Order: sequence, then C-alpha cells, then structure tokens
Amino acid sequence: MAAESGHETLTSGDYIAHHLHNLQVCRADGEWVWNHCAGNPMALNVDSMFFSVLLGVVFIWIFGRAAKKASAGTPGKMQAFVEIVVDFIDSSVKDTYHGKSKLIAPLALTIFVWVFFMNLMDLIPVDWLPEVGLMIGIPYLKVVPTTDVNITFGMSIAVFFLVIFYTVKSKGVLGFVKELTLHPIAPPTKGAGLIAAPFIIAFNFILETVALLAKPLSLSLRLFGNMFAGELIFILIAMLGIWQLPLHFAWAVFHVLIVTLQAFIFMMLTVVYLTLAQEEH
Amino acid sequence: MDINMTLLGQSIAMLVFVWFCMKFIWPPIMNAIEERQTQIADGLAAAERGQQSLDKAQAESEDIVGDARKQATTILDQAHARASEIVAEGKTDGAKERERQVAAAVADVEQETNRAREELRGQVSAIAVASAEKILRREIDATTHEDILSKLAAEL
Repeated sequence: MAAESGHETLTSGDYIAHHLHNLQVCRADGEWVWNHCAGNPMALNVDSMFFSVLLGVVFIWIFGRAAKKASAGTPGKMQAFVEIVVDFIDSSVKDTYHGKSKLIAPLALTIFVWVFFMNLMDLIPVDWLPEVGLMIGIPYLKVVPTTDVNITFGMSIAVFFLVIFYTVKSKGVLGFVKELTLHPIAPPTKGAGLIAAPFIIAFNFILETVALLAKPLSLSLRLFGNMFAGELIFILIAMLGIWQLPLHFAWAVFHVLIVTLQAFIFMMLTVVYLTLAQEEH
Repeated sequence: MDINMTLLGQSIAMLVFVWFCMKFIWPPIMNAIEERQTQIADGLAAAERGQQSLDKAQAESEDIVGDARKQATTILDQAHARASEIVAEGKTDGAKERERQVAAAVADVEQETNRAREELRGQVSAIAVASAEKILRREIDATTHEDILSKLAAEL
C-alpha cells in the first residue's frame, strides 16, 4: 500500500512520517496557517480533536439514547447492552471507591467508553481514512486520537485537577499542604530535632510533589505509549504488500485486547487516584 | 508530537462530556437498573409466596380427598350392611309368609276334612237310618224312635 500513498518518490520513512503527522492549524504572522506549526505551542491538532470529539459525541449519543428510554420494564437489546456496561463500571468503581461522590462513577464510565472508542480507531486499516482525506484535500490525517500525546495528557491533566480538587475538598487546603509536607517522614515537633524539621519538610515536599505529578504523567504516557506502539506496528505491517493481510489480522486480534485493557486501566487508575485523594493515609 | 493547544481542548472536551454523562446519562440508567432490581426481587418473593400457598393448598386438597374417601368407604360399608340386613329380613319375612300360608292351607284342609266328615256322618246316619228303616219298617215307626236315632248319629 506504500506506493499508493500519493507521491511518486515515497520512501517507507516518508510513509511512516506521513502517517504520524497531525493535521495542524495555528496562527503565524497574523494568519491562520495549516501544517507549518512545528514547535508552536498555540497550534491545534485538528484531526485528533475532531475524532476525539466525534467519538465523545458517539458515546453521548449511544448512552444518552439509552438513558432517555431507560425504564424499569423489559429492556431492549441496546438498552441491555448499555446497562451491562454501566453495571460493569458501577461494580468496578464500588469495589474501589466507597465515598458518596456523584462524579466518580460517571467519570469512570465516560473515560472507559470514550478511551475505548478512541483506541478502537486503531483497528480501522491505517490507510483508509487518510486516503479518503487525501481525496478531499486533507494532506494529513491521524485517526487514532490516543496516539496523540496531547489527547492523553489532556485527559490525565483533567484527572489531575480533579484529584487536587477532591483532596482540597475532603481535607481542606491545610490538609493538602500537610499531605505534601508531613509525609512520608514526620518532622519532629520539639527538642533539638526541630532544627532538622525544615529540611525534612523540604525533602517530603519534593518527594510528594514528584509522586503527585507522576500520577497524570504515568497515566497519560502509559495509554499513549501502548496506542502509539500499536499504531506504528499497524503502519509497518501495512508496508508488507499482500502479506499484511494475515499479519494485520493477527495483530488486530491481539490489539483488541490492548484497546480494551488500556481503556480499563486508564479508568481504574483514575478511580484509584480519586479514591486516594479522599482517603486518609 | 509537540505539546500544544490540543491538550487544553481535550481537557475541556473531557470535562464537558463527563459533566453531560453525570447529569443526563448516569442517573436515569442507574435508576432504571435499581428499580428493575427491586421489581425482580419483589417478583421472586411473590413467586415464592405463591409456591408456598400452592403447597399448602395441595396439602389441604389431599386432606379433603382423603376424608372424602374415608367417608365414601364408610357409606359403602353401611350400604353393604343394610343390603344384607334387607336380604335377611326378606328371608325371614318369606319364611313367615310360607309358614302362614302352610298353616292356612293346613287349616283349610282340616276344615274340608271336617266338613267332609260331617257330610259323611250325615250320609252314614242317613244310610243307617235308611237301612234301619228298611229293617224296622215292618216293626218300628221312624218318628217314635227318632230320639234314639239322633243319639246314635251324634255318637258316630
């Protein structure tokens, strides 16, 4: 398929780079510019945002339709499917989180289904949508939003702020500060050791800050890394000519597992972080 | 792979979707599931109650049938006893009737015999008188010796 990707002198390096290039828009020199935005922090990855929001709307549409029709009577097939997913998320959340927050379970549902849908875009053969894009004049199209580090970071940072919000909400600002400074080594409160207290507090603060920042970082990089690697292997397989068919199938079967697992892990870790935010250590 | 505004856009999109899900998707679906759970629990409880009352009714009906069977046996026994009683009664009645009729016949026969005997006696005495008349015609008048003759007839 490599030779079909548009240009005559296309090397495999170009092919891969083309597939990994986002469709970007940014403002440069007072004008809207497409695809010359390397290094511009104000650029927007239009393809990632488009598919991400589209899949979010698909999620809202499917589940919203079921929610609108929800009744205690005999459920339809779609209704039953949606209820199975909701019940699965609900029991997963209840296993971990025992608080009263009305946010965490719907948050987990949204994350799971949305990330699952975004990961699932990986199973569409890598050339289909970009080829269609080329036909209608879109030079770059990266169809799997979760292979864009901005998307995974965007979600994990939202989770990060929720973690901080819930920590402050359940323990107060003082509690949050205490959590950052008085753990894991409790500073001495009297006697000669008092001199060492500022150092211990500083040490705790550095340690806890790293731990706090590591949460969103690991959350997003895990999802990004898995999906990016999977996508890259799909692209490499797509360059093998006819042999790509069995290989693509085999990798796709394996990838279904990764797609589901990564969505589940992202959701579960979010719930765990939010649970930790509200619990005393 | 640069970090850019997509990050912010995705964060905002996520918060909007989560808010929408929390407001309009999760509560109605959860309510429906929980409501159905209670309904199913109630239904199961009702089914169990129904089963219990069915068992009770079955036991009762068995009792009733047993009683009825017992009663029927008693009635049948009584009927049998009554039937043999009636047959026995019939037999005694028949025997009595027979005896009565035999006795009546015997009485009739006796009566007839007596009547015949009386007649015979009359005839014999008449014959005796006639023969005696024939014998005594010549010597005795019948009217004068009538007392002797009737005495003789009574003795016969």
